[in-house]
Amino acid sequence: MPRSRFPSQPPRPPRDPTGEARKGETPAQSPFSTPVPSELATASNPVEADVLALAQKGDHFAFAQLYSLHKRRIYTLCLRMVGNKAEAEDLTQEAFLQLYRKIGTFRGDSAFSTWLHRMAINVVLMHLRKKGLPVSSLDEAMEPALSDRPARGFSAPDLNLAGSIDRMALERAIATLPAGYRLAFILHDIKGYEHNEIAAMLDCSLGNSKSQLHKARLKLRDALRAYPRQEERR
Amino acid sequence: MEQIPSKMKEEPNIMSCSAFQAQLPELIGTGTPLVFHPHIQNCDDCRALLADLENIAEAARKLLPFEEPPDELWKQIEAAIKKQNQYSDPA
Repeated sequence: MPRSRFPSQPPRPPRDPTGEARKGETPAQSPFSTPVPSELATASNPVEADVLALAQKGDHFAFAQLYSLHKRRIYTLCLRMVGNKAEAEDLTQEAFLQLYRKIGTFRGDSAFSTWLHRMAINVVLMHLRKKGLPVSSLDEAMEPALSDRPARGFSAPDLNLAGSIDRMALERAIATLPAGYRLAFILHDIKGYEHNEIAAMLDCSLGNSKSQLHKARLKLRDALRAYPRQEERR
Repeated sequence: MEQIPSKMKEEPNIMSCSAFQAQLPELIGTGTPLVFHPHIQNCDDCRALLADLENIAEAARKLLPFEEPPDELWKQIEAAIKKQNQYSDPA
């Protein structure tokens, strides 16, 4: 009996090469300490390399395995960018459809996960533009004007965020960031990508990636400081 | 006019807050412990800023990095691929 062209459920890979842990996870490390060298380039996992080669030849079972390996990363990226599960599912679907169409063009110039993330990011950005976010504002988010710097001086003496940061407050604050800042923050601080990987995904310079991340954190600082006052008013 | 912490007025070779903060995106993540930076050692405000930014980065690390998409999503993708193949390969 011939095997169905598609498995009803994507198979579970023997081992998830993308890992369940955050990329570059080193629990004892300070967030501002030396970054762990990334596996960017072509040093891909052999399991994934085999699966990828099969998927490029049109093996649908292998494509389903690729989906299994990367679905969480792509879905989470979409979800954090749009903040809505239904939209995130649509965007994830579109990203994997694009992957299906373009997988034959992957040449291994970068890690497959970086290449796939870049594809997903483009899907998300296009979606945000369609939703009415002006293209110029996205461009500004990637190359912010001087006027976009935090309005208040960073260094007023009462700015300390006391104690641990409330998770919900942080989630809300992230959702209010401009798209470019949000992307840099999600990719670096939450997902653990290094600046060189982010620069490759967003097609920007290393300095630009660092600048986006820094400004994202500054804006989050402002938002988090405002959070207790907003809560008090409720 | 830029505020210059009093301690720094006595040490003119130490950079101003704005000069330090302009360098922060590059300084952070280089691996050099910024706590030993001359400006940080002399400026309470920038030390507080740095602590806040570290707190934010640390809190972000604790957010769940992955969410699980629903199982049905694969079925939808599978159906969309089949549909796409029908259009591109009518035979």
